[in-house]
Amino acid sequence: MSTATAGAHDGPPESGVNYLNASYGIKSWLLTTDHKRIGLLYLVSVTFMFLVGGLAAVVMRLHLVEPQGALLEPETYNKFFTMHGIIMVFFFTIPAVPATLGNFLIPIMIGARDVAFPKLNLLSWYVFIVGAIITLGAILSGGVDTGWTFYPPYSSLYSQSHVAAVAIGVFITGFSSILTGLNFIVTIHKMRAPGMTWFRMPLFIWASYATSLIAVLGTPVVAITIVLLGLERLLHVGIFDPAVGGDPLLFQHMFWFYSHPAVYIMILPPMGVVSELITAFSRKRVFGYSFVAMSSLAIAVISFVVWGHHMFVTGQSIYAGLVFSVLSFMVAIPSAIKIFNWTATLYKGSISYEAPMLYAMGFIGLFTMGGLTGLFLAALATDVHLNGTYFIVAHFHYVMVGGAVIAYLGGIHFWWPKITGRLYPERWARLAALLVFVGFNLTFFPQFLMGYMGMPRRYAVYPAEFQVLNVLSSAGASVLGVGYFIPLIYLIWSLRYGKPAGPNPWGAKGLEWTIASPPPTENFLTPPVVEEAYNYSGTGGSHD
Amino acid sequence: MGLIQSGFNCMGVAWATIPFQPPAASSIAEGIDKLYLFLTGITLFFTVLVFSIVFYFMVKYRRREEHERPAETRTYLALELTWTIVPSLICVVIFVWSASLYVQNSRPPAASMEMFVIGKQWMWHIQHPEGPREINALHVPVGVPVKLTMTSQDVIHDFYIPAFRVKKDALPGRYTSLWFQATQTGTFHFFCAQYCGTSHSEMIGWVYVMSPSDYAAWLAAGEKTDSMAQQGARLFDHLGCGSCHVAEGNGRGPSLAGVYGKPEKLQSGETRVVDEGLIRQAIMVPNSVQLPNYAPIMPTYQGQVNEEQVLQLVAYVKSLGSQERKNGK
Ligand code: HEC
Ligand SMILES: [Cu+2]
Ligand SMILES: [Cu+2]
Repeated sequence: MSTATAGAHDGPPESGVNYLNASYGIKSWLLTTDHKRIGLLYLVSVTFMFLVGGLAAVVMRLHLVEPQGALLEPETYNKFFTMHGIIMVFFFTIPAVPATLGNFLIPIMIGARDVAFPKLNLLSWYVFIVGAIITLGAILSGGVDTGWTFYPPYSSLYSQSHVAAVAIGVFITGFSSILTGLNFIVTIHKMRAPGMTWFRMPLFIWASYATSLIAVLGTPVVAITIVLLGLERLLHVGIFDPAVGGDPLLFQHMFWFYSHPAVYIMILPPMGVVSELITAFSRKRVFGYSFVAMSSLAIAVISFVVWGHHMFVTGQSIYAGLVFSVLSFMVAIPSAIKIFNWTATLYKGSISYEAPMLYAMGFIGLFTMGGLTGLFLAALATDVHLNGTYFIVAHFHYVMVGGAVIAYLGGIHFWWPKITGRLYPERWARLAALLVFVGFNLTFFPQFLMGYMGMPRRYAVYPAEFQVLNVLSSAGASVLGVGYFIPLIYLIWSLRYGKPAGPNPWGAKGLEWTIASPPPTENFLTPPVVEEAYNYSGTGGSHD
Repeated sequence: MGLIQSGFNCMGVAWATIPFQPPAASSIAEGIDKLYLFLTGITLFFTVLVFSIVFYFMVKYRRREEHERPAETRTYLALELTWTIVPSLICVVIFVWSASLYVQNSRPPAASMEMFVIGKQWMWHIQHPEGPREINALHVPVGVPVKLTMTSQDVIHDFYIPAFRVKKDALPGRYTSLWFQATQTGTFHFFCAQYCGTSHSEMIGWVYVMSPSDYAAWLAAGEKTDSMAQQGARLFDHLGCGSCHVAEGNGRGPSLAGVYGKPEKLQSGETRVVDEGLIRQAIMVPNSVQLPNYAPIMPTYQGQVNEEQVLQLVAYVKSLGSQERKNGK
């Protein structure tokens, strides 16, 4: 993207005043309506949630080293995997990219001063925090043992744990996604700078736009589902339990109607991040820009009609199974298109291997595997065997961790200089990226085998024949844990000791790299005018 | 050198102890495994393909000079279409293959032996039509198709026999079914594969696959019990069902003789075959399967009979199938 001040290293001089030091004090943060500061509020909150959810995972993997369980009572183990799932899905992966990087970048990338509704944006964060506090409170005061999927009638009438409180926490957090989604949709429609046409938008913006649509359309459904669950649990209104006149599968239909698209809420924004990373580090516009952009929208639409693939073994009719299977294969195609386009982007590029690019390459590999193993589950006959086993666990961790979390880490590293004005230490970052990649595969690859061998998920104790694979997986988890921990340390270190970044340390294109790092509160001192997108080849309007 | 050698040995041992494939002990297992293998091949092929292209490009096109400006590549429509259409075709192949297997695997052969499964927090209750009951164990003869009719007394469970590659939820308030035909004798794990609370992971047991003669001997050796249908007949009397359902068809309710397996028009206009599910519904929620020409007087037995007893009543009604239906309604 070129503006009046494009070029690798000649951004506006650092005036000294930026969004970080424009005002001081805790109040200036808690009452801020600056999208960049709100992005940072989210960054701190979701990082905290990630640590809590990650700790639960560590305890689980330690416990599973022995078949009879090394640490916990089954009841406690059940609470740990439930806590891990709820926190990682609702309080980390769903908000991670949109609420941190999205908040920080969307207005800047489209040349706006802020999002369309800055106060609503702050409200979203408070709603998120209220939901998080209620959920964490419920977990600390005894926890919940239903699994993050809350299947009734177990959750509605049988579980003795704090289902209602956690459900309220999740319900409230849902509104944070809806409000953020709404804000982004309006922002992208209405606030683009002159010349920023739809097909000049960065691919991260396309991905965020598609995600926001899903969030706004899908989240209300899960909210209603949770309310119905609460009604049955608290007032014994028969909705899901047949003993009081309900239908237990109704819940699963409603839940997955949201939660399958939610998979794409979690993965589309990271895909957007990867598009930006590959562009910047190979100095090329993404190959097939419009195919990549449109595939985001195609995914958003199709994702709403595939929920039944979670229910192939519930006794759903054969015909329903066939239809959902076909549709699930269809949603795989746009993802395949993206993978091939990213790969082709590298062709005849000028590629460098800084840590964000390593993460992006890791993403391509792991997401490819995550996507392809999804075919085993979209295929009816094999799904019957694999559903409910560790194969599922491995598959969605390849997508959600190998895909989403790794891209998120790549994105944080890429925009860290912009966000903080400081460079992170490159060698440490490369080492951490490598550890994350190796540790991840060691943790989750054995789980594919475990699943095919028949080990069901959510087992606190298990037959001895699965031990070898479980020990391998736990060993991998320790490497992964170290890989996550290193960035936490050096990123904090870099806040003080990192080298000053300058406006554009990567020589990347895009409006965010034309302004100072950290950016001034108003983002652009002079309103930008956009003439072209991703202009890396150096032709066209990039010269003053 | 010796160190490397022993390192390799170590890896060899580890490799040998890593399990790669569960036993395949049912008539459908081989078909599923073939598809699984095919899918694994596809996954490997594309993962290796993408990885190697990425590596190749990353080495070949590494940045050699800081201010390099690569030329823009055009988008080739033909290329885009290729990698849209080829994956689509592969998906079509997988879909057709897996769907036809699934449809085939979903239909139990007509001559299947029947057994009944009830999931309860946290055990599996199995009932043979001849009368014997088992907990967390299932004895079956080899080479005979077996159909399991399943339900749950409380929450959702899922009956899963990895060695047979079969799995189906056991839901409260309705019947689901699965079938298999064991192809080798031996013992195989079965698991609960739907999370159901505290002791979910202990809701497991063994399938004992026996030769038909051993199976017959096992049936005979158990403590002498009435068959399910006989137990159902006693319940039928005890609960006073017979006061309305008279075999001759002149009672206040329809005769139940010969109804099993016949299609029937309900008052709602819907036509349904009288199967286990409909009989269960008639006993638990009679209004939901109201027949025309009859008053809605049948009381619900919900709360008075447990799932086991319902299955016995169902077995009894089914056993009346051999007799002729007298009232023609
Ligand atoms: C008070 C009389 C009465 C009693 C007692 C009674 N039923 Fe019924 N039953 C009826 C009537 C009337 C119908 C038909 C209308 C309907 O479906 O409700 C019927 C229908 C049925 C049907 C469905 C038949 C069909 O062809 O669809 C079954 C099965 C059945 N009853 C089983 C039982 C069993 C088992 C019991 C005892 C546990 C029982 N009934 C007790 C009156 C009774
Ligand atoms: Cu899904
Ligand atoms: Cu269970």
